[in-house]
Amino acid sequence: MTTSTYTADEMMSVAAARALSGGQRCFVGIGLPSTAANLARRTHAPDLVLIYESGTLGSKPDRLPASIGDGILAETADAVISVPEVFNYWLQPGRIDVGFLGAAQLDKFGNINTTVIGDDYADPKVRLPGAGGAPEIAANCHEVYVVVRQSKRSFVDQVDFVTSFGHGRGNGERARLGLRGAGPTLVITDLGVFRPDPDSHELVLTGVHPGVTVEQVREATGWELRVADDVATTPAPTSDELAVLRALKEASS
Amino acid sequence: MAEVVSLRDAVAELVHDGDVVAMEGFTHLIPVTAGHEIIRQRRRDLTLVRMTPDIVYDQLIGAGCARKLIFSWGGNPGVGSLHRFRDAVQHGWPVPLEIEEHSHAGMANRYVAGASGLPFAVLRGYVGTDLPNVTDTIKPITCPFTGEALTAVPAINPDVAIVHAQRADRAGNVQLWGLVGVQKEAVLAARRSLVTVEEVVDELEPVPGGMVLPSWAVDRVAEVPGGAHPSYAQGYSERDNAYYAAWDAISRDRDEFERWVERVRAGEEVNA
Repeated sequence: MTTSTYTADEMMSVAAARALSGGQRCFVGIGLPSTAANLARRTHAPDLVLIYESGTLGSKPDRLPASIGDGILAETADAVISVPEVFNYWLQPGRIDVGFLGAAQLDKFGNINTTVIGDDYADPKVRLPGAGGAPEIAANCHEVYVVVRQSKRSFVDQVDFVTSFGHGRGNGERARLGLRGAGPTLVITDLGVFRPDPDSHELVLTGVHPGVTVEQVREATGWELRVADDVATTPAPTSDELAVLRALKEASS
Repeated sequence: MAEVVSLRDAVAELVHDGDVVAMEGFTHLIPVTAGHEIIRQRRRDLTLVRMTPDIVYDQLIGAGCARKLIFSWGGNPGVGSLHRFRDAVQHGWPVPLEIEEHSHAGMANRYVAGASGLPFAVLRGYVGTDLPNVTDTIKPITCPFTGEALTAVPAINPDVAIVHAQRADRAGNVQLWGLVGVQKEAVLAARRSLVTVEEVVDELEPVPGGMVLPSWAVDRVAEVPGGAHPSYAQGYSERDNAYYAAWDAISRDRDEFERWVERVRAGEEVNA
């Protein structure tokens, strides 16, 4: 036990929540992104517009949804629409500011794998759930934030399978493919914060959470990590942030 | 015009070995009891289609009903993996399972094309991903007007679509509301359709945001109260989150799962 009064997961959720600001339209993946987005809406960003792929625009749940189609998302929404509509009318034309995604595996160019672990798609080591809405969320939102627990297994040089395109192999590949959104601009883990280099698009460590050393982050990174000249330290969660986060979780358990 | 019949008769009549079957429902209104009836009637070699295969597809796959799955996200929502699905993909148990994998946007558009009587749909999707490398139903296409590079996916026209709805009237007009997913598109894309409903009523009262599938667009309606359990029917039931968690333990173990299937085949109540 450390002397800290919050967990690394709580720090990650708080840091991810702070990245969102009021008035933004946010396409929310279930799990860690949903936790962070709801925390943001219940703290500093009450005007945040939460959009879920089950077909809800402007959901305002007072607890964390148990699934992407939890009834509370529909009951509290400004509008409930069909699944083809959410993807075709709202996501595809670029109406959404931020796509907020999780990942089973993430690589140094922000590509996301949620399909298979292992080199052979036909005979995978681990079969993961698959794409869901993520490929087009990653393609068509103005920018993408990824929130993921970091380890050498999840933070790899190159993903085994590109389920959702980040920056490809970097150096402007995304723009060359004609993708209109900026792609992953921010990655938040339980250890720190990463942003892509403006030219190479390789993820660079720009911040660490309190009590975490750069060396620890290197240890949990599956490539030769680049570190920004000035590494910021994330402010610790406030008592208010922690209280709201815990209340949201408590209410959904 | 839709005929109101028993679930047993509807499945016996509409679902045949080797059929392409889409049982849709995006977390809400999942036709779970209809899936159990398919297991009970021992259908084989089905191609199962669904955007979000969850535990009822895990059950059908584990029971050996399917030879192929067309999907975009397979998991136990809020819990974790589908163990029968993984066992079939990774170990071919109980029978090998071919997969055809898309994204949600791609699948939604495949249903829209199917419902629209078009051979394919166009979207901004899949670009740069590995999905087109493993799925041959994703192809590049050039816009004939602007020259822009886009992606085409073929229509899905299932032999049978099965969905669950809140209610129907005695003439077979179906009414559903809340999260309506791709249910309308699935029914309209399919050659035959079955809707299970919470209740059959004399008259459908309008509901805000409600959707009606006219009787003449549906083949069979079966009254199956609680037929979406452990998913839910807004206005009728709550999602049974504990059941999803409990399924994890049942599905992890082949023997445990086989005992569950035997109970289904014996006609026991397996939803509790």
